[in-house]
Amino acid sequence: MLNWIKRFVAAGAMALAVTTTTGALVSPAYAADDKKPAVTAPAAAPGAPAAAPSADPAPTPNKADTTWMMVSTVLVVLMTLPGLALFYGGLTRSKNVLSVLMQCMVVFSLVAVLWAIYGYSFAFTEGSAFFGGLDRLFLSGLTPESNAATFSKGIVIPELSFMAFQATFACITCCLIIGAFAERAKFSAILLFMILWFTFSYLPIAHMVWFWAGPDGIKDAASLEAVTNSAGWLWQKGILDFAGGTVVHINAAIAGLVGAYVIGKRIGYGKEAMKPHNLAYTMVGASLLWFGWFGFNAGSALEANGTAALAFATTLLATAAAVLGWTLSEWITKGKPSMLGAASGCVSGLVAITPAAGFVGPMGAIIIGFVAGVLCLWGVSGLKRMLGADDSLDVFGVHGVGGIVGAILTGVFADPALGGAGIYDYVANAVATEYSIGSQVFVQAQGVVVTLIWSGVVAFIAFKIADMVFGLRVKEEEEREGLDITSHGEAAYES
Amino acid sequence: MKMITAIIKPFKLDEVREALSEVGVSGITVSEVKGFGRQKGHTELYRGAEYVVDFLPKVRIEAAVEDGILDRAIEAIEKSARTGKIGDGKIFITSIEHVVRIRTGETGTSAL
Repeated sequence: MLNWIKRFVAAGAMALAVTTTTGALVSPAYAADDKKPAVTAPAAAPGAPAAAPSADPAPTPNKADTTWMMVSTVLVVLMTLPGLALFYGGLTRSKNVLSVLMQCMVVFSLVAVLWAIYGYSFAFTEGSAFFGGLDRLFLSGLTPESNAATFSKGIVIPELSFMAFQATFACITCCLIIGAFAERAKFSAILLFMILWFTFSYLPIAHMVWFWAGPDGIKDAASLEAVTNSAGWLWQKGILDFAGGTVVHINAAIAGLVGAYVIGKRIGYGKEAMKPHNLAYTMVGASLLWFGWFGFNAGSALEANGTAALAFATTLLATAAAVLGWTLSEWITKGKPSMLGAASGCVSGLVAITPAAGFVGPMGAIIIGFVAGVLCLWGVSGLKRMLGADDSLDVFGVHGVGGIVGAILTGVFADPALGGAGIYDYVANAVATEYSIGSQVFVQAQGVVVTLIWSGVVAFIAFKIADMVFGLRVKEEEEREGLDITSHGEAAYES
Repeated sequence: MKMITAIIKPFKLDEVREALSEVGVSGITVSEVKGFGRQKGHTELYRGAEYVVDFLPKVRIEAAVEDGILDRAIEAIEKSARTGKIGDGKIFITSIEHVVRIRTGETGTSAL
């Protein structure tokens, strides 16, 4: 056992060492910078407030915004613990329910700590277009006085709350992957995989899509260009991802699908009945996800304002439409409307509205949700058969398909002509008058493809490394007996 | 002495118990069981996966009775457990060689 832990720590240290080096390599200029700016990503461009000392005094956080960010953060925590854990736990067989709950809780905790050590810095400080810098390593310089920028000029929130809010996103993204290889993966291998994948896929994708220096430094076309050039690669292209359709859902879904292929099918898959053991858990979990998702989406506005209210309303409506979409199409094509279908539809709608939440109007949200509900049903049936992988809890069918539907349709329904909020022009300080659905959808599609390829490749390598170090699967007899007893030494229910 | 083993529909258990008490059966043992007979199972659909459930839940009743009340006991079960639809179950009768009441050591019919 001691040997086991030693190997684990060594592998983790290696991963950290490799990342640190990579980070330094891609951003030599930034690494050389001193730690002067108290305001960093996505706060005002480094030094921007200092550069204009004559004008406005330094902005202070609004108490309502600050409160909303912290409330949103705990809502996102609730999405994973216990929301997602119960959603997944109910779908497993009774001999494996604790293993999934345990994986969710420990992966959540592991990623939260890694986030503080290096994740936040690599995702949300300025570095290259693909990877952040070292400025916030070990959260250095992050004090109660540090502020982060929002999407409005002159409005900031405490950077600590921004850091914590974003931490919960990284945590739930990693936990989402668990569903794809549930009921057979080795616990130690899962943890090692998560360290590697979080470092080399979540962090760069989050940086590419979300990192920018904030709007405060934008005064004219030149300063807009400067701010844009310092942002993440996909942000520069103009991708719209309000709360993480690419970063969270597509990212996790493809990693899960790759895992399902690499780890292989469960013993007896397709021959024995692998029925969900408690769909009531699944319904409760899906409902908690819906509840928490208001923090996930509306919180992503980073302020308690109209955009947050829009995201709140679209999260409500798209999800309801998706429940109806899935239920109706299941009723028509399979004969009976099922509770599992409604719960799955709920999650598919939440996934699909995630990238769109603050960009589309309520009617656009209803259409996005309904389409996602219908297509994700195909994702877990027709598409699943085509893919041929044992994605145990349909991570790709729901999060992958829903994420792609949402990412693409965001480009359509963000159009002000279709009731969307459009794209804000920080030079004119108004919503841009021109909007091209075609070119925006093209940008969205690039985001989807880049995420699929990047995460897929990283996941494949990370699974292979975990396989070499620990082996990915438990022994056959352990899998038959159930992971609760054999991996964790406990049982959920008296037998 | 005879042992009656009856497989019945679970929701008929209370009626059968009452009917047996009325004809003088002093005790029964009940177990929840699964099985198949002429009644077809059903299919369950979880997302894309369809499962055929062959084994249906039933209740098994065991009652040891004196020969004198055997026919009335069988009739009581037959009447109370019948719905007229397929899957009502079956009654099996076997002979009992010996009975012992553990508390007192009584044997034979006085142990029933």
